[in-house]
Amino acid sequence: MSTRERTWWWVGGFLIVVYALFPIAWIVSLSFKDASDIANQSFLPTSPTVDNYTTILTGSASGLFLPALRNSFGICLIATFISCVLAMFAAYAIARLDFPGKRLILSTALAVAIFPVISIVTPLFNLWRQIGLYDTWPGLIIPYLSLTLPISIWTMSAFFREIPWEMEQAAQVDGATTWQAFRKVIVPLAAPGVFTTAIIAFFIAWNDFAYGISLTSTEASRPVPAALGLFSGASQFEDPTGAIAAAAVLVTIPVVVLVLLFQRRIVAGLTNGAVKG
Amino acid sequence: MASIEMRHIVKQYGDGYPAVNDVSLDIADGEFMILVGPSGCGKSTLLRMIVGLEDITSGDMIIGGKRVNDLAPRDRNLSMVFQNYALYPHMTVYENIAFPLRLAKMPDDEVRRRVTEASDVLELKEHLERKPANLSGGQRQRVAMGRAIVRQAEAFLFDEPLSNLDAKLRGQMRTEISRLQRRLGITTVYVTHDQTEAMTLGDRVCVLRKGKIQQVASPRELYEQPVNLFVAGFIGSPPMNFLPASLEGDRLQTPFGPIVLDERRAAAVRGRDLLLVGIRPEYFEDASLVDDAKRPLGSVFRARVDVTEWLGDSQYAYIPYEAPDAIRTQLRDLSRELDSEELRTQAIVSIDATSRIREGREADFWLDSRKVHVFDPQTGENLTRDAEAGARLTQMATEDRVEQVQEAQTHGSTVGGGASRAGAA
Repeated sequence: MSTRERTWWWVGGFLIVVYALFPIAWIVSLSFKDASDIANQSFLPTSPTVDNYTTILTGSASGLFLPALRNSFGICLIATFISCVLAMFAAYAIARLDFPGKRLILSTALAVAIFPVISIVTPLFNLWRQIGLYDTWPGLIIPYLSLTLPISIWTMSAFFREIPWEMEQAAQVDGATTWQAFRKVIVPLAAPGVFTTAIIAFFIAWNDFAYGISLTSTEASRPVPAALGLFSGASQFEDPTGAIAAAAVLVTIPVVVLVLLFQRRIVAGLTNGAVKG
Repeated sequence: MASIEMRHIVKQYGDGYPAVNDVSLDIADGEFMILVGPSGCGKSTLLRMIVGLEDITSGDMIIGGKRVNDLAPRDRNLSMVFQNYALYPHMTVYENIAFPLRLAKMPDDEVRRRVTEASDVLELKEHLERKPANLSGGQRQRVAMGRAIVRQAEAFLFDEPLSNLDAKLRGQMRTEISRLQRRLGITTVYVTHDQTEAMTLGDRVCVLRKGKIQQVASPRELYEQPVNLFVAGFIGSPPMNFLPASLEGDRLQTPFGPIVLDERRAAAVRGRDLLLVGIRPEYFEDASLVDDAKRPLGSVFRARVDVTEWLGDSQYAYIPYEAPDAIRTQLRDLSRELDSEELRTQAIVSIDATSRIREGREADFWLDSRKVHVFDPQTGENLTRDAEAGARLTQMATEDRVEQVQEAQTHGSTVGGGASRAGAA
């Protein structure tokens, strides 16, 4: 690559990073602005304040925000866990076994993934109220599975396909049952794939708004994105912009932490050294 | 340790294509059996049926006197070395070798003892804590072997274990495998398409063609008494030359002059007109370098040399000849089946390295007619095969094996410590 070419890559990369990070910087800036300072027509707050954070953590909005945070974490982690476990088995079968209907499963998964959420929210709302799932954790976990499972199956089956089949056969010859071969050889090898899938699944569930706002009504199960929409200002003439910005910053933190944490686990080429070379 | 018996084994795939077709083969306890053939001959499939990774369509697979057709691989107690080694990349070398023992729920100190023994035999001691990714090809190969010998398996199965190594390392590992097998005295089935491996390693070699056994015999018998055109062309490098011939009395008229047959062979081919004569390159010699005592045992002919190849220790000369169209097509088909491409009908002749024969000139060659074989061009059958002589050669190989195993085991138990215990106890 010539110097000139490299310069252009740097410039291009810089522009994209600025473009992507600007809204986040703006939100962070907003979260430190006083209510009267929101419209100060400058990027930085005139006098930075942490009032917004105290409002949502200990102040008037904390009753709305803190339970929502707990709900979001619980629901998303459970949904991610279930979808990873289910997807692991499904993907393994799809990658390894030849059975009738394999394509059907994959295409159905894809169809579910692209199905517009908004069109099933209303029927689901009615159904959930009838069978008592409305405003409960399972009431959100189940629809979240429908969002996370298809993508999990697709990603994981791609990962499983990368693992040489001989690994399992070697394990079986060495005396392993199918289950042992799966658990001791395939799962450790697929771990990076599983982590990647888990992160993607968690994000999808974490970012959901439509189900969160429609299928809940109290802090018993309301997730953060829905709670943000229900914040109110100090008076009816005031927008809760600062509080929402502060909450948005707070809910972004776990996502960033998660990526940084698992980035190390998502190492490509873990199967290096498995075969010949 | 156990014998392996196969009775009319058939493997048919979904589309009805028989990859392995009615194979019956007995492998004695402690024997080194080679399965060899060109690609697609069903040798790997047969091996995978022995180990249980491939279902058997029909027939009986008997290991150690027990029918194992319906047993899962783990219940057959065999160990296998895969072509790409299939090491577990997330485990250290130690854990890779220990894996079969861990699955068998063996106590830790026993595992340690066995892995140490196996790694001593294979000289892997200083690599035990490393991951497979940090090993060289040859070391990985040895780890795969370690994983196979650490267990008291009934038999070793090798699926082209050396094909991913470079030529030099392959030679070293070949002798290593041979030594190890003798020391452990364990039944071994070895799949390869490399005929050097087949000839050097095997007690007996099974030549397969399109899923059917052509011949099972010691390497010497295969070389000297091949049962048909296919085996004759497959075994030997450079390959056997096939010349068209017509019978006139006791003489065969060939492009390289007449060849006189002895009583027995003349009787075997009598009454046919078009034949194929098979002559190995080393049955030829530069006529000027042949002893006077030997000269009357063969015939001398004059031919133009197309190309010569001087290799230091030996020399090859290529002599083109004319063949009828029918023979030409048949030879081309045969060479295609043997994974090579014969573009012209030419004989490859091995002459002494000191010979002054030069390409582009005419020269006198001597042909040893004692060892030529005559084949039926239609069926490919070897008409002059001496079954008795062949059986004698294989019998000799069997006796050699027994002796070698005894020798290696007494030797191994004094020098190599508990090496034989590691696999054979």
